[in-house]
Amino acid sequence: MAVASQTLTTRWSSLRAWLARAWHPYRPVPLLGWLAAILVAVVIERAIGAPVARALGMSRVPALFGFIIMLKKPELLFSALLYVSLIYLLPIALVARFTVRPANRIAGELIGYSLTASFLIHLSVLYAALFLWSGENDYRELVAKLAMIAVITTLSLNVVNGYMGEFSCSHPGFMALGAYAASVITILLFVDDNLLGEALLPPELGPFMFPISLIIGGVVAAAGALMVAIPSFRTRGDYLAIISLAFMFIVKSLFENLEVFGGPRGLANQPDYASLTTIFLWTIASIWVINNFVRSTMGKALNAVRDGEMAADAMTVNTRRTKMTAFLFAAFWAGVAGGLLAHVIRYINPDTFGIRRLAEVLAMVYLGGLNAVAGSIVGGVGFVIMSEALRPLEILKWIMIPVLLILLMIFRPTGLIAFREFEPEKFLRPKVESNDQGKHPPQPVQAVGDRP
Amino acid sequence: MALLQVDDMTHYFGGLRAVHNYSLQIEPGELRGLIGPNGAGKTTIFNLITGRYTPTEGEIRLDGTSLIGLKPYEIASLGLGRTFQNLRLWRHMTVLEHVKMARYSRLSYGLSGALFNTRKRREQEQDTAEEASRLLKRVGADQYADQVVTSLPYGAQRRVELARALAIEPKVLFLDEPTAGMNPEELRQIMEIIRAIHADLGLAIFLIEHRMRFVMELCEIIQTLDFGEVIAEGTPDEIRNDERVIDAYLGKDIEI
Repeated sequence: MAVASQTLTTRWSSLRAWLARAWHPYRPVPLLGWLAAILVAVVIERAIGAPVARALGMSRVPALFGFIIMLKKPELLFSALLYVSLIYLLPIALVARFTVRPANRIAGELIGYSLTASFLIHLSVLYAALFLWSGENDYRELVAKLAMIAVITTLSLNVVNGYMGEFSCSHPGFMALGAYAASVITILLFVDDNLLGEALLPPELGPFMFPISLIIGGVVAAAGALMVAIPSFRTRGDYLAIISLAFMFIVKSLFENLEVFGGPRGLANQPDYASLTTIFLWTIASIWVINNFVRSTMGKALNAVRDGEMAADAMTVNTRRTKMTAFLFAAFWAGVAGGLLAHVIRYINPDTFGIRRLAEVLAMVYLGGLNAVAGSIVGGVGFVIMSEALRPLEILKWIMIPVLLILLMIFRPTGLIAFREFEPEKFLRPKVESNDQGKHPPQPVQAVGDRP
Repeated sequence: MALLQVDDMTHYFGGLRAVHNYSLQIEPGELRGLIGPNGAGKTTIFNLITGRYTPTEGEIRLDGTSLIGLKPYEIASLGLGRTFQNLRLWRHMTVLEHVKMARYSRLSYGLSGALFNTRKRREQEQDTAEEASRLLKRVGADQYADQVVTSLPYGAQRRVELARALAIEPKVLFLDEPTAGMNPEELRQIMEIIRAIHADLGLAIFLIEHRMRFVMELCEIIQTLDFGEVIAEGTPDEIRNDERVIDAYLGKDIEI
């Protein structure tokens, strides 16, 4: 027994050593290099994906990195793996590895030119890759949209459950408020609907009004949050959890009984305004704003309140206002996410925002990691992809996911990435490998100085 | 009127009288001590003055402003800094962030600055960080600036707490057992730091302490508390020889 475990550990450590060696050439690859490599892989897929898939015996291009095919038709396991390696892994590895130098140079010049410009260029490359990838079929587009909305939801809940350290369960309620408010506005104004009457404004104005209706949705959600906060912020911990859970059910039954908004049958006919671009922009905006907030001293006050309210008070922090602001802020983003969701699936009913949604959002937050913006991004995207990829398992999926969460709780109780600050400007910087530095003394830094 | 003036403060916890007719005057630049056996009500007095509890009776004025009914953070913003008996540091924050946090009420960039990372916010955060580093240097903890507090040695944690209290730019500084749990070397350091900030900033300091030698050496005037009442007030020498103080600490001889 002891011998077996020893060989296992040596094997494990040799595997790790091998991985480290394999990873070594990729260490100087900057973010720009990775993004460009992903873009190349996606372009390759769009160009020759279909014939390659057919040649490997699959009827069409695997939608989600082959996961669904592997689970549905295990006999195609190797074809799916081969496809993923050929179309994604190999091109990404090659491009990333052999563009190290130009990518670093461009990244250095960009950041020397302006941080904002560098940001925008990185984002455009990311967006181009996402756009091409999800352009392959409608299913991919839906998954991409849901993943981005999940990021907004997860981030906003992380502000309360992670940064502020309360256990709030009212998030689906805020999403419902946002979803209904935004839907009612767009349907009322731009759609001829049985329930809400004829369009009041010409539909051409719709896409311009959409952001406004989302913001109104967010504000309605924040108003709902104020209603929870006023009575419940005198309590903490379990009590707040119970009150916020009650709020979620109140909102749900409110919409079940409001026949104006369709009652339990819900609202349909939302106009198709939530394009990939719109959602992408909203997601980036939410990440930027929330990250700004939690990195400021005002946002850090949340951590101070969480880790010692008495000390926060003694250090001039207005604890009540801090908590209130953060809670309303989180609810606002939940409302925006709800509004976007309503316009993606283009049908909502009170059940959309029930206990199942709550379980999902909580799972995303705790999977990704508390008190970390990067964690929430990983958690939101990871959970949506996982839950789509496991869809062929049908009912077994709802056993698999909880099991995964239990394993996570055992091995990484705070989530994948927790208590880490997210500094995007750090990723934008070029990475120069140490032995490379000798040949090219910190070139990018010089470029910074040279610029007027 | 004194800088900090407490008149006839009485406080009940339910039916228990924790503090009775307590009065205090602290002048600018004064270094005062508060001693007393366990449970005498020392920390309660701190908590009453700093606004944790509202006194049942009595008046508290800082620089002429009444503190009765104000929230703790308002009292702190008026210039009353404090440290805690058992360190109350924020376990997930770095040392620098601790000190920056205490400048909270001086930040004026508002919610829009926090959300949209405006120029004003960047400038203010920068200034605050510089101010915080300066204070950390003063207490000799600047080498820990980017570390999480929980990884610091105990004495350093105490010094960080002191720097944090100084960051609110207090007029009066309350220290609740600043030497609790310290070894002799750390004790010497903290004593020097307290002396230094007292001398440099001309700060009024009011401290609770258990180590007699420390109080006697440091403070100009000492109050002794027993069962919520001041039983003696005076210079270290007077306190040392006071009959009632000795009785309170060592117990009285009882004739049987």
